[in-house]
Amino acid sequence: MSHWLIYRTFWDLTVSGIVLGLIYALVALGYTMVYGVLRLINFAHSEIFMVGTFGVLISLTKVFGISLFDDGQYPYRSGFVLVAILVCSIIAAMVVSGAGAIVLERTAYRPLRGAGDAYGAVVLAFLTGLIASFLFSDHIMTNLAIAAVITGPVSFGYVRIFRRGRQAPRLAFLISAIGSSMAMAEAVATWGPEQRSVYTTPRVLEKKVLFNFLGADVRIDYVIVAIGAILMMTSLLLFVNRTRLGRGIRAVAQDAETARILGVNVNSVILVTFLLGGAMAGGAAMMFTLVYDQTRFNIGFLLGVKSFTAAVLGGIGNIKGALLGGIVLGLAENYGSSIFGGQWKDVIAFVVLLTVLMFRPTGILGESLGKARV
Amino acid sequence: MKKSNLLRAGAVLVSLSFVGVACGGSDNAASDTTAAMSTEVTCDAPVASIALQFPETGDAANLGAPMLKGAQLAVDQYNAANADACVTLKTFDTQGDPAKAPAVAQAVVSDATILGLVGPGFSGESKAALPLYDEAGLATITGSATNAELQNAGFKVFHRILANDAVQGPAIAKYISETLKPASVGIIDDASDYGKGLADAVKTAAGATVKASDSIDPKAADFSAAVSKMKDANPEVIFYGGYYGEAVKLSTQLRDAGVKSTLVFGDGVKDQAGYADAAGPAAEGALIACPCKDGDATFVAAWTAKYNEVPGTYGAEYYDAANVLLNVIKAGAKDRAAVQTAVNAYDAAGITKQIKFTENGEATEAATIYMYKVEGGKITYVADIK
Repeated sequence: MSHWLIYRTFWDLTVSGIVLGLIYALVALGYTMVYGVLRLINFAHSEIFMVGTFGVLISLTKVFGISLFDDGQYPYRSGFVLVAILVCSIIAAMVVSGAGAIVLERTAYRPLRGAGDAYGAVVLAFLTGLIASFLFSDHIMTNLAIAAVITGPVSFGYVRIFRRGRQAPRLAFLISAIGSSMAMAEAVATWGPEQRSVYTTPRVLEKKVLFNFLGADVRIDYVIVAIGAILMMTSLLLFVNRTRLGRGIRAVAQDAETARILGVNVNSVILVTFLLGGAMAGGAAMMFTLVYDQTRFNIGFLLGVKSFTAAVLGGIGNIKGALLGGIVLGLAENYGSSIFGGQWKDVIAFVVLLTVLMFRPTGILGESLGKARV
Repeated sequence: MKKSNLLRAGAVLVSLSFVGVACGGSDNAASDTTAAMSTEVTCDAPVASIALQFPETGDAANLGAPMLKGAQLAVDQYNAANADACVTLKTFDTQGDPAKAPAVAQAVVSDATILGLVGPGFSGESKAALPLYDEAGLATITGSATNAELQNAGFKVFHRILANDAVQGPAIAKYISETLKPASVGIIDDASDYGKGLADAVKTAAGATVKASDSIDPKAADFSAAVSKMKDANPEVIFYGGYYGEAVKLSTQLRDAGVKSTLVFGDGVKDQAGYADAAGPAAEGALIACPCKDGDATFVAAWTAKYNEVPGTYGAEYYDAANVLLNVIKAGAKDRAAVQTAVNAYDAAGITKQIKFTENGEATEAATIYMYKVEGGKITYVADIK
C-alpha cells in the first residue's frame, strides 16, 4: 500500500517539504555564518528564532490588535491592510530576532573573547541583578527595581573584569551558548502569559489554493514563503559577496588574525554576522507562524536541531549549502514519513545526515572555510 | 565615546525593562490565582498526607490543572469537616513524562507521611512509576490513566475509577459505525502509550472500513505527510489518538489542506481552552469521546465557587479518587498496608459512579463512555455510549 501512496501524494509531499525546507534553510544561515566567522556552533540561535515568532505574535495581537478569532471565524484581512500587516510582522520579527542576536553576542560571547564592553557589562549586570532579586522578592516589579539598582555598581565590576581582556577556552563559548539558550526559553516559559502552553497566532491570511501543480495544491502562504525565502537569501548572498562589510565577513571567515592585521574591525564584523543571522531567523519565524499559526517557548528547539542538521548537511560555513541542506532535509523528512510513517520523521532526518557525512564528511557542498566563499 | 556606549546600553536596559513590565502584568494575574488557591483551609498538624502525581507543567499541563483542582477541592472539604485530623495533599510534577516518573515516584515513596497516591495522571508515567509504588505497597487511584494494559500488569496497588481504553476504543468505534455510519475511516496516532493504544482499539473495532492510518511525531510542528495521506484516502471520518496540543495542529492542517472529514478524538483532547478555543473554526463539529463525567450540581457549584470556572476534564474523577483515600484514612487506616487493604474493600457512592474495585483494580461500574461535540466553539455533551 504505502509504496503506491508515495506516488499518489508525491507532489503534495514535495511542495510541503520544500516549504519546510526553506524555513530550515533560513534558520540554518544563522548557524552557518556564525560558524564561519567564530568557529562556534551558536546553540542559542534556536531561541533567536523563538523570540522572532513572539515578535510576530506581539505585533499581530498588540500592535494591530487582531484577536485570535472574530465570532469563531479567522480574522482574515485583505488587500492593502493584509500586505501592511504581513510586511510589518516580518519587520517586527527581524528586528526582534536581530536585536536578540546582538544582545546575545554582546553578553554571552564577546566578553569571552576578551573584548567585553559597556553594553555587555550593563546587560550582564542587569541579568545578574534580576536573578539575585529572586532571593528577596517574587513580584516582578520589585525584582526589576532591585535589578535596576544593582545594575549600576555591578556593571562597573564587569567592566573592570572585561578590561583584563582574557580569552576564554573554546569550551566556555559552548557552555555559554547552551546556557543562554536555556535561559531564553525558560524566561519565556516563566514570564510569558501562557507560560509553557502553545500560543496560537492570529491568522490574517486566508490560505487559498492558488493553483494545482501535478495534483498538489499550492497555497498562497507556501508561495509567500518561497518568494520571501529566496529574496532574503539572494540579498544575503549579494551583501556578503558585493559589499565592504560582506568582504569583511569573508576575510574574518578565512583568517581572523590576518584580517585584523589588515585593518578589519573583527568585533564589528562578528556583530554584523550575528545581526544578519538573527534577521534571517526572524524572517523564518514570520514564515513559520504564517504557515503553522503557532508558537511556544520551546518552538525553536526541534526546529533549531533540524536547521543545524541542514547546515551540516549542506556544508557548514557555506551559505548555498544551507539552502540545499534545508531543502534536502525537508523533502527527505516528508518522503520518509510517507513511506515509513510519521513517527520515523526525526530518525529519517538523522539517517540522511549520517549517510551524507559518511561519504562527504564536509557536507554536500563542502565546508567553505579558508576558501574565497562563505 | 565611553559615555555614549553607556548611554546606548542604558537604552537596551530600558527596553528590557519594558519587556519585563509587559510580562509583569500577566505575572500578577498568575500570582493572584495562586494566592486564591493557597488561601485553603490550612493544615498545621496533619495526621497523614496523600500524594498527587500529575503533569503540573509541560505539554499537557492543561489536562493536569483539573486533576489538581479536583483533588484539592476534596482535601479542602475534608479538612474543613475534620479540622482536628486534617490531611495534606502533596503534589508531584512529572510533566506527564515517563522518563521523569521513576525519580518522582522515588520521592513519593520515601516520604513516610504519604499513605496513598492519587494518579498517576497519564498511562506512560503510570507504567514507569507503578513498579516503585507496588514495591512500596502504596495504594494508587488514577482518575485519568486509561491505557488498557495497566490493570493486567500485576500491580496490586493499581486502582482506576474510570473506563479504560479497551472500553473507550470500541465505544468510539461503535459510535462511529452506528451513529456516523461512514464508508471509510482514517486513523492517526501520536505513537504514545495512550494515543497508540486507543487508536489501535478503534482500528481493530472499525475493521475493514479503515482506509488509511499513520503516526505523527507530537513534537513536530508540521504533519504534512499524515495530512497528505488523509487527503489522498479522503475518509469520511478521521480518528486521532493523542492529546489536545497536537489535535489543534492536526485539525488546522487537515482543514487547511481541504480535508472535510468528521474529526473524532479520545479523552486526551477534551480540553476547552487547549483544544476548542485554540483551534477555533478548525475544531467546529469535532466529536470527543471521554470516560469522564462532568459531576453533579453540588460538585459543579463547589468547584465554581472555589475556582471561578466550570469543572475541567477529570476534575470529578480526581475529586472522587481523593475522597476514596480520605474516607479510608478517616475510617482508621494508619499505614500504607491498611490503606491498600481498605481501598480494595471500598464500596461507596462517588459523584461519578458507585466506587468499588475489582481484583485487578478496575472500577466495577466503569463501562460508560460519554460523547461530546464542539458546537459553537464549546465542548458540549451529546450522548452516552454504553
